[in-house]
Amino acid sequence: MGEHTVASFDEDLEHISKLIRDMGDLARSMVGGSTRALLNSDNALAQRVVSDDAIMDARQRELDDRAITLIAKRQPMANDLRAVVGSIRMAGDLERIGDLAKNIAKRVGTVGLSITPRDLSHSIDAMAQLVLAQVQGVIEEYAASDAAALAKLRNDDERIDVKYTSVFRELLTYMMEDPRNITACTHLLFCAKNLERIGDHVTNIAENAYYVLTGQQLPANRPKLDETAMSAPAA
Amino acid sequence: MNIMTEQSLENAVGDKMNAKSNEVIKMRGDKVGVFYGDKQALFDVNLDVRQNQVTALIGPSGCGKSTFLRCLNRMNDTIDSARVTGKITLDDEDIYDKNIDVVELRARVGMVFQKPNPFPKSIYENVAYGPRIHGLAKRKADMDQIVEQSLKKAAIWNEVKDRLQEPGTGLSGGQQQRLCIARAIAVSPEVILMDEPCSALDPIATARVEELIDELRQNYTIVIVTHSMQQAARVSQRTAMFHLGYLVEEGATDKMFTNPDDKRTQDYITGRFG
Repeated sequence: MGEHTVASFDEDLEHISKLIRDMGDLARSMVGGSTRALLNSDNALAQRVVSDDAIMDARQRELDDRAITLIAKRQPMANDLRAVVGSIRMAGDLERIGDLAKNIAKRVGTVGLSITPRDLSHSIDAMAQLVLAQVQGVIEEYAASDAAALAKLRNDDERIDVKYTSVFRELLTYMMEDPRNITACTHLLFCAKNLERIGDHVTNIAENAYYVLTGQQLPANRPKLDETAMSAPAA
Repeated sequence: MNIMTEQSLENAVGDKMNAKSNEVIKMRGDKVGVFYGDKQALFDVNLDVRQNQVTALIGPSGCGKSTFLRCLNRMNDTIDSARVTGKITLDDEDIYDKNIDVVELRARVGMVFQKPNPFPKSIYENVAYGPRIHGLAKRKADMDQIVEQSLKKAAIWNEVKDRLQEPGTGLSGGQQQRLCIARAIAVSPEVILMDEPCSALDPIATARVEELIDELRQNYTIVIVTHSMQQAARVSQRTAMFHLGYLVEEGATDKMFTNPDDKRTQDYITGRFG
C-alpha cells in the first residue's frame, strides 16, 4: 500500500495500528499469566494480571479517542475506513479478553485456599493452551495480513468449545465424587467459562480482521458445539 | 424508534418498487473517445447512466470526467478543436446523429455548472428564460406556475417568493446555485448534469444542494462530477472512477467506497494520489 499524500494521515493510522498490536500483546500476556497463576496458585502473578487490566482499559480509551479524531479529521475511505472501524471493534474485544483474564486471576486466591487445584485442573490446562494459541494466532495472523489463516483460526474455536464441554463434565464428576470439591470446582468452572468466552472474542477479532483485510464478511454461521448448554442449563 | 423503523421499512419497500425503473439505462456511452485537436483526452469509455439514479464521476484533475460529462449533452460541440468518437445514446437514440436538434437535446439533458452563473436578470426571468425560448408556456399564468414549481423543486421558493423581480445575481452563492438548478429544471429535462455543483458553496449551502439532489432523483436522472469523495459517497448510487482519460472502475457507490476492486480507485479515494 502506497503512502498518503498527507504524511500525518499515515502516522495517525500507524499509531492506531500500534495500539492494537500493544493491546494484543497485553491480552496474550494477561491470558497466559492468569492461567499460569491459576495452575500454579501464583498469587503474585495473578495480582499482576489484575493490575494489567487498568493498562488495557487505558489503551482502549486512547485508541477510541484517536480513531474518532481520525475519522473526524481525515474521513478515511475504503481500506483505511475498514482499518479504523475494525480497530475500534477489535479493541473492544481485546479489552473484554483482558476483563475475562482478570476474572480468572481474581479467582486464583479462592481456588488455591480451598484445595490443591493441580489435581483438578489439568484438563483446564489443556483448554488454556488451546485458548492461548488462538489469542497468539489471531494477533500474529492479523499482523501478517493473512486472511486465509484468520478464516481457519475462526473455525478452530470449535475445538475450544468441545474442550469446554469435556472440562465441564469432568468438573461435574469431581463434584459428585466428593462434595468438598464443590467450591474449588465451581470456581474452576467459571474459569473454564471465561476461557471459552475469550475464545469467542478471538473469533470476533478474527472476523473483524478478515473484514479489514478483504472487505468481505465471513459467512455468519461457523461450526459451534457447546453441549453443556443442552445437558445442563446452569452452565 | 418505531417511527424510524417504519420509515426505513417504507424506504426499503419504496426502493424495491423503484428497483425496476432503476435498471432502465437512460444514457449509454459506447467506446466514447474525445480529442482536443491531436490530443486524446478520453479513451474508449463504456458507461451506462441508470434512470432515476445519481451517477457520480470521480477522479483526479485532468482524468476526463468533466470531458465525459460534457459529451452527454454535446457541450463539447462549443469547442472548435474538440472531436467525439464512439456512440452516446439517450433512450437508445444516438445523440450525435445528424438529425438531432442540439437545442432540444440540451433541454432534455440540462446542466448545472461549477460556479453559479445566473443571468443578469430578475430571479423570475432566470427561470422563465428556458421555457420561453422552448415555447413551453402559452399564457403568463402558465409561466408563473412553471417558475413557481421549478423554484419549489429546487428548494429555494420560500427564500425568493417575495423578491422574484430582484436580480438573481443579488442572491447568496448557495441560493444562486439552487436558482441555476431551478433554471435547469424549468424546461423539464430528463437528465441533469452537474459539474462540481457545490465546489463554490459553503457547507450549509452544500448540504442543501445535496439534499436537493436526492429529492430530484425521484423525477430526474442525475450525473454529477465531484472532487469530494464524501459527497460522491453521500449523494450517488453509482460511481465511476476515471484516471488519465480511462474509465477505471464503475459500480455501486456503497461498494466503491468501502471495498473498491481497482487499486487506482483505492489509492485515489483513500488520498494516496491525486
